[in-house]
Amino acid sequence: MSYIAKPKVAHPKLPRNDLGLTRRDYEGGMSTLCAGCGHDACTAAITQAAFELSIPPHRFAKMSGIGCSSKTTAYFMGNSHGFNSVHGRMPSVATGANAANQDLHYIGVSGDGDSLSIGMGQFAHAIRRNLNMTYIIENNGVYGLTKGQFSASADVGTKAKKGEMNEQPPIDPVSTAITLGATFVARSFSGDKDQLVPLIKAALSHKGFALVDVLSPCVTFNDHEDSTKSYAYTRQFYHPAIHTDFVPPAQSIEATYNESGTANIELHDGSQILLRKVQDDYDPTNKANILNHIQSKQQDGEFLTGLLYIDEGQKDFHALNKTVSTPLNAVPYQELCPGSDALESVLARYK
Amino acid sequence: MEETNTKDPEYYLRVVDCQWGCPAHTDVPEYIRLIAQGRFTDAYMVNRHSNVFPGVLGRVCDRPCEPACRRGRVEEEPVAICRLKRVAADLRDDVKDRLPDIPKVKNGKKIACVGAGTASLTVANDLMPLGYEVTIFEAHDTAGGLMRTNIPSFRLPANVLDEEIDMIVDMGVDLRLNSPIQSMKALLAEGYDAVFVGSGAPKGKNLEIPGRYDAEDQIHIGIDWLEGVAFDHIKEIGENVIIIGGGNTAMDCCRTSLRLGGKNVVVAARKPREYLKASDWELDDAMEELVEFKLCHSPKEFVLEDGKLKGMTFEKLEYYHDENGRLKNNYIEDVFVPADAVILAVGQENAFPWIERDIGLEFNEWEEPILNEETFESSLEGVFFGGDAALGPKNIIWAVEQGHQAAISIHQHCQGRDKTNRPPKRMNLISQKMSLHEWSYHNDYNPSARRQMNHVELTERFKELDIEVELGFDPEQTALEVQRCLNCDVQTVFTTNLCIECDACIDICPVDCLTITENGPEEDLRQRLKAPADNTDEPLYVSSALKHTGRVMVKDEDICVHCGLCAERCPTAAWDMQKSCLSDPQAVDEELLWQASQPKSA
Repeated sequence: MSYIAKPKVAHPKLPRNDLGLTRRDYEGGMSTLCAGCGHDACTAAITQAAFELSIPPHRFAKMSGIGCSSKTTAYFMGNSHGFNSVHGRMPSVATGANAANQDLHYIGVSGDGDSLSIGMGQFAHAIRRNLNMTYIIENNGVYGLTKGQFSASADVGTKAKKGEMNEQPPIDPVSTAITLGATFVARSFSGDKDQLVPLIKAALSHKGFALVDVLSPCVTFNDHEDSTKSYAYTRQFYHPAIHTDFVPPAQSIEATYNESGTANIELHDGSQILLRKVQDDYDPTNKANILNHIQSKQQDGEFLTGLLYIDEGQKDFHALNKTVSTPLNAVPYQELCPGSDALESVLARYK
Repeated sequence: MEETNTKDPEYYLRVVDCQWGCPAHTDVPEYIRLIAQGRFTDAYMVNRHSNVFPGVLGRVCDRPCEPACRRGRVEEEPVAICRLKRVAADLRDDVKDRLPDIPKVKNGKKIACVGAGTASLTVANDLMPLGYEVTIFEAHDTAGGLMRTNIPSFRLPANVLDEEIDMIVDMGVDLRLNSPIQSMKALLAEGYDAVFVGSGAPKGKNLEIPGRYDAEDQIHIGIDWLEGVAFDHIKEIGENVIIIGGGNTAMDCCRTSLRLGGKNVVVAARKPREYLKASDWELDDAMEELVEFKLCHSPKEFVLEDGKLKGMTFEKLEYYHDENGRLKNNYIEDVFVPADAVILAVGQENAFPWIERDIGLEFNEWEEPILNEETFESSLEGVFFGGDAALGPKNIIWAVEQGHQAAISIHQHCQGRDKTNRPPKRMNLISQKMSLHEWSYHNDYNPSARRQMNHVELTERFKELDIEVELGFDPEQTALEVQRCLNCDVQTVFTTNLCIECDACIDICPVDCLTITENGPEEDLRQRLKAPADNTDEPLYVSSALKHTGRVMVKDEDICVHCGLCAERCPTAAWDMQKSCLSDPQAVDEELLWQASQPKSA
């Protein structure tokens, strides 16, 4: 924690987005996390992505649970909506909010403890419903807020700061999400914004549940030599499978890229994801193949990163439930609550 | 790019824009911090060490530090450095006991200085503590040179000047007033060990146009006229006055005219405003006093009637840039401006009618002495020049610096050492870390705007010639202005092998001056930084390869606000805030001079 807040003064030539805002306008409060926390880099990546997409900050809803990661929603987009909910219950609150107003951009920030232990059930069902949200797991393998106990994503053989070894198998949020039917699954590293920012932009533009699992080292409790989630280890073993660029709807791809070995996927809003294959045989739409890849890399002790799976063809939560497209706060009161006569006529149908 | 060599003292000195911009390398951030702590005397002494005349310069310095100030790039207005200097000078205590001790037993070397102006006084200030016997010959009956004769007392009160001159003269200088030097040959014959010429640039340039010599008592040379005013020889001027010229002397002439009875005072200059040589603030002050500016007016002739000056005719011009970007003008029309008096302030030059041309002291085709620009020694060994006499008219702060350099040369000369082997600058770095997030400097950014100097009311200030117009900062203005300083001397120092590339510093930096990226040539690197880095006057810091990825840490020094958040958010203390302390040798640093003169051993 720092004594002074980040001064409001900015570089006089800071770029502005289509709304005339600078990245600084997407910042939030001063971080109270440890200096060097990977989560702060995630916060910066979210800030950058939202700025680059030119979405007004007040059209975001930031959802979170409990933990170091869940604190971070306070550190970006100070002028947006937010709900800091109960431990592991963020997906339910997000589901409710999304049901009432599908016009906002939902961005959930959770951790490995919040999502893979206490909130595992909630996490699974939000995926099944294909809730239209970006779900970021800031994954560091420990409970940093309670002094570094192993979480459910700690690898077998990794050691705690005091030397204790973890022997329980980890839950891999990426494989789990693909198995549960997630329609956008990515993994990245807090220390590689060149990869992370386009992934968050693509996730925010994807209609449906978009999981971004970010390896985000805990600098205080899990950044030592015997850790498999330290900065040094992650740098050495993270393996970009595919490079993802995000191209907004208005921009022509041809004008931006002309190299071979690229493929593009169009998102529902007309924006495109441009994939540059780092690994030749990787196809992020072939589910069976992907799980195989992830598993084999895991056995080699490597983390496969990038946009690992995408399926633009699935219906989202609202389409599945045939809801009204207008946010409920914009539906006239008479329609939203048509009165007891209307209720009677509905009930009469079941008599 | 190559890894930045931060061991070179020039690198961190350059980051401290004000100190870099000051010819005498005054430690500006340090004295501003001392003022902030109410330590005015200490702040004064920090100043005096470098610039010798803080009270004078706090009022009338040409302030090259201010256009250089980083605050002016971060916002629009630089820190009011010059005004703060005056605060220290005005509020200091007696400094007699802090001045250097003067040896009772002299070293046997005698130095003659010609002219008791800025440069000569600086030489005396530097050499007296070393045991030299310094004699200053002054033509007038007071010391101070152009500080006395050309700067009006409403800008620089005589007592401020007297006090700072006395500090030097009281060291035991043999000051001989009313003693103009008529012959260099004769002076050399007196057997001095070295002669320093600090006689200034006392010759005002003329304007040879029709009618120039037809009304001598109404047409004046600016610096001579100001000198006449300073010595009470001139006490009044006509109601309609034209000043020709657009420099600072013209501003002093027009404002002085207003105080001697001028009612309609016109400044006429050939060029448009952006080409005027006067400092912005001096132009502003003249405009505040409702001086009329006739720009783009080229003097054509003096108009006389019955031998009396009636006015002047000007050619009104219109300026434009041709296709090569050169400034060109078109004649529009003749304009007559009535005047009872005209003052020519079109420049000045040095002149040495008293130096014989057959003594081995060589002059160039413009009658300027040929000098070694490092040692300020002329072609005649043992004769040195400084101030306006040396390289033409500059300003007080340059004269001080040249005095310091000449003093080093004179000392080396008298000790029989190599004058060209100058002692190098040195730089110390001291960590400012006090505890986890606590620094020994105030690192929070204060967004206050520059404080404006209060002036004496227009209705009051013309009553006497010597009413000082600027009132100085009040305590509230001072308290705010000191906080505008960004402490650029508290450097961000990077230790490459500690960095774990967590990006914390990059994410927290409020002005986006940090980037971790692949190395490349400077031009390419500048394109890839987090915020535009198009100010190539400011250096890039580039680290060696980082241990995890082989990329480099790049810092664009341009608008770093030295808030220290990079160091606060760094988990491994790879960034630290360290104060750079420059050691810029002067003659008093005898040991350094001696070392520098020794032959390098293998």
